[in-house]
Amino acid sequence: MNLTLRIWRQKGPEDKGRMVTYPVDDVSPDMSFLEMLDVLNERLILSGEDPVAFDHDCREGICGMCGLMINGDAHGPQRGTTACQLHMRQFKDGETIDIEPWRASAFPVIKDLVVNRGAFDKIIAAGGYVTAPTGSAPEAHSTPVAKANADAAFESAACIGCGACVAACPNGSGMLFTAAKLTQLSLLPQGQPERYTRVIGMVDAHDEAGFGGCTNAGECTPACPKGIPLNTIGRLNRDYLAATAKGANNTPGS
Amino acid sequence: MELFTEGDPIADTKAPAGPVEKRWETRRFEAKLVNPANRRKMTVIVVGTGLAGGSAAATLAEQGYHVKSYCYQDSPRRAHSIAAQGGINAAKNYRNDGDSVHRLFYDTVKGGDFRSRESNVHRLAEVSVNIIDQCVAQGVPFAREYGGLLDTRSFGGAQVQRTFYARGQTGQQLLLGAYQALERQIGLGNVEMNARHEMLELVLVDGKARGIVVRDLVTGEISTEMADAVVLASGGYGNVFYLSTNAKGCNVTATWRAHRKGAYFANPCYTQIHPTCIPVSGDHQSKLTLMSESLRNDGRVWVPKTKGDDRNPREIPENERDYYLERIYPSFGNLVPRDIASRAAKNVCDEGRGVGPTKLGVYLDFADAINRLGRKAIEAKYGNLFEMYERITGEDPYEVPMRIYPAVHYTMGGLWVDYDLQSNIPGLFVIGEANFSDHGANRLGASALMQGLADGYFVLPTTLANYLASGPLEKVDASHPAAVAARTDVEDRVQRLLAVDGDRTVDSFHRELGQIMWEHCGMERSEAGLRKAIDEIRGLREQFWQRVKVSGTGEELNQSLEKAGRVADFFELAELMCIDALHREESCGGHFRAEHQTPDGEAQRDDDRFAYVAAWEFTADGEPSVLHKEDLKFEYVHPTQRSYK
Repeated sequence: MNLTLRIWRQKGPEDKGRMVTYPVDDVSPDMSFLEMLDVLNERLILSGEDPVAFDHDCREGICGMCGLMINGDAHGPQRGTTACQLHMRQFKDGETIDIEPWRASAFPVIKDLVVNRGAFDKIIAAGGYVTAPTGSAPEAHSTPVAKANADAAFESAACIGCGACVAACPNGSGMLFTAAKLTQLSLLPQGQPERYTRVIGMVDAHDEAGFGGCTNAGECTPACPKGIPLNTIGRLNRDYLAATAKGANNTPGS
Repeated sequence: MELFTEGDPIADTKAPAGPVEKRWETRRFEAKLVNPANRRKMTVIVVGTGLAGGSAAATLAEQGYHVKSYCYQDSPRRAHSIAAQGGINAAKNYRNDGDSVHRLFYDTVKGGDFRSRESNVHRLAEVSVNIIDQCVAQGVPFAREYGGLLDTRSFGGAQVQRTFYARGQTGQQLLLGAYQALERQIGLGNVEMNARHEMLELVLVDGKARGIVVRDLVTGEISTEMADAVVLASGGYGNVFYLSTNAKGCNVTATWRAHRKGAYFANPCYTQIHPTCIPVSGDHQSKLTLMSESLRNDGRVWVPKTKGDDRNPREIPENERDYYLERIYPSFGNLVPRDIASRAAKNVCDEGRGVGPTKLGVYLDFADAINRLGRKAIEAKYGNLFEMYERITGEDPYEVPMRIYPAVHYTMGGLWVDYDLQSNIPGLFVIGEANFSDHGANRLGASALMQGLADGYFVLPTTLANYLASGPLEKVDASHPAAVAARTDVEDRVQRLLAVDGDRTVDSFHRELGQIMWEHCGMERSEAGLRKAIDEIRGLREQFWQRVKVSGTGEELNQSLEKAGRVADFFELAELMCIDALHREESCGGHFRAEHQTPDGEAQRDDDRFAYVAAWEFTADGEPSVLHKEDLKFEYVHPTQRSYK
């Protein structure tokens, strides 16, 4: 296959950035999308040009490090698929493909297609955990968990933190990411004691990091490579409402 | 010139004497403690944030130490432990199927082909039960039964169901549990997190590990970080083969730099080739993808009985198929350990019975399981894996049997450590896949997650305290002459890589190195092949330093520079791996020497000559390494010819 790529090039955070066109020939349909970029980069290096910087690591769709806007779609055209697992058989010979970084004010561009997603870590640090210091755990079978709850918790826990939800959202909101972790922990008995302080902490951190609010545009779930359901945001809102009704002191016994 | 010389033997002096089941309890009691008020004054560096590093950093911070954590990825949550699929072993015996701490200990020593230390393995089996408790308390969503209790499944090399799992994403869920505990400590100010930082040198002061030199991968700034102790949790070195199931960034640099500073590298030739990976599709291939071993619970492995049978697999009748694992190993069948399954696949392909376009593949067929259990049940168990297979190959495994082939997956070798997980350099601790570990010459499935978390949550926090309690250490900072020298070395090396400005890319060298290693130091090794490989590696390494082309500068985000430094270290490691493989004139576990096999083609150990850990000491560039032997004694699990028939 022969393709024309139009790629966002930006030297650093201060550079304005621009789309640059590169023809790429002899692309095999069995190549992954990132392998196709590897081929381009090999050529750029040998011709003395700066290769295109992009984030990637596991290349099997689980680490969440890759993230590209491909023809305006987060992770490209195939549903439930990260950019690293996207294969060139999804494209046609002669096609022009636009490749851009995630665009969101909470994810500033570092270089080319590489963005800073540290804001996600801050949201987790603000409550996305169960306080269970090493050594303090009771026997695992002391608390059974209904299978339906365990399965639903797993479904939310499958989030890979790639940021596609933010990139797809017209508001640049990180609500699907935040809600996925909240849903996982609020469905499990281990997550109950901190349930309401957690939701306040994480939502506050989300807002402070510069993410936009959720207006139910619903763009996030279709873009999510793990299919995190939109109703997790509903769960977040219910817990948030309950938490604020309880007041900041989290009144005991209620 | 000689390839190596032999030095004095070494021994682990930390494991207490006495019955194996009492040793960890004894060591925990004998280990000195650090008063909580003093812990706050002590800094520990942890390199890597996978299961071992993440759990260690979180736990040390919970205990009150000041922790500095480093990872090359953009977030600690992305370490490659996240890609582990199948599960984690623990001797809970929830199934009442005859499991026990002693059986897990026994299976692991046997599975490792009697090349691991009994004391360490027993401790691993003991703490396995605590790991499950800890992870459940953190909210890890393990698979559960309808009664709300935890589900388990069986895995290769075991006849009990002791593997806990979270669909095909167990590593992800365990890692996120450790990551969340780590983020909690970051939020509390107890851990200083440095993502997108890569360790490029170890700093020794008076023979003790006191710091590291790191490069900020965004700005290119090189700095020296000092501490009271250094913990390496930087993973394995499978990417020396270029193609492996490791993440693209996985590298040996942290442990190799420590090796060059005096830390012994143990058993580098012990590599695990995983039997169930998606076959290579072409020259563009940048990595290989694993299909979880759990698939072998329900999938049946076969090839056609006759060579060159190119028919569609569905048209090949039952009596013309060879279910070779079931035929050769009737008692374990498709669940034989990885080393055995991989070699069997290689053998049938060498006979010309391989399938798929490259003929380097065998079928993993689910038709029987789908008939027996229904498509729905198979979807629930393996749905995500089947989807992943289809995305990569364009074939639907519900309709057509999967094609699989062995690929490099895990490295049992690593830095030598004693029972306390301390290397031969005081203050340098090594945990997880980065150490030479508890797996001997072959790791059983679902044991890597167990070892990473055992080391990080439970072992290191005890043994590190014992080391720190022997202090206080002299106060040193980045202006210490040893720190300045280490930093200058790193800066010079970066400049050297940039200055070559040749005509070949880093990847082209890496790919060629990988081909040499796969050909001669892969699933089957021979003296002639290894000698040839050593010559080729030396020649290619020389070419690398004359012809490599690294674009850009050192003062920016420069991925080609990062790769160049890693590949330069892989060259040196590759040579040592071949020397280790050459000197070990026996077959054991993942190390199969063509000259040493039983009449029916199984690995033939030589316990009289090789029942030892080979710990290699670096001397100088171009000088032979020194071999130190640690004799292995087996008091509880007596070495036998490993049989799964």
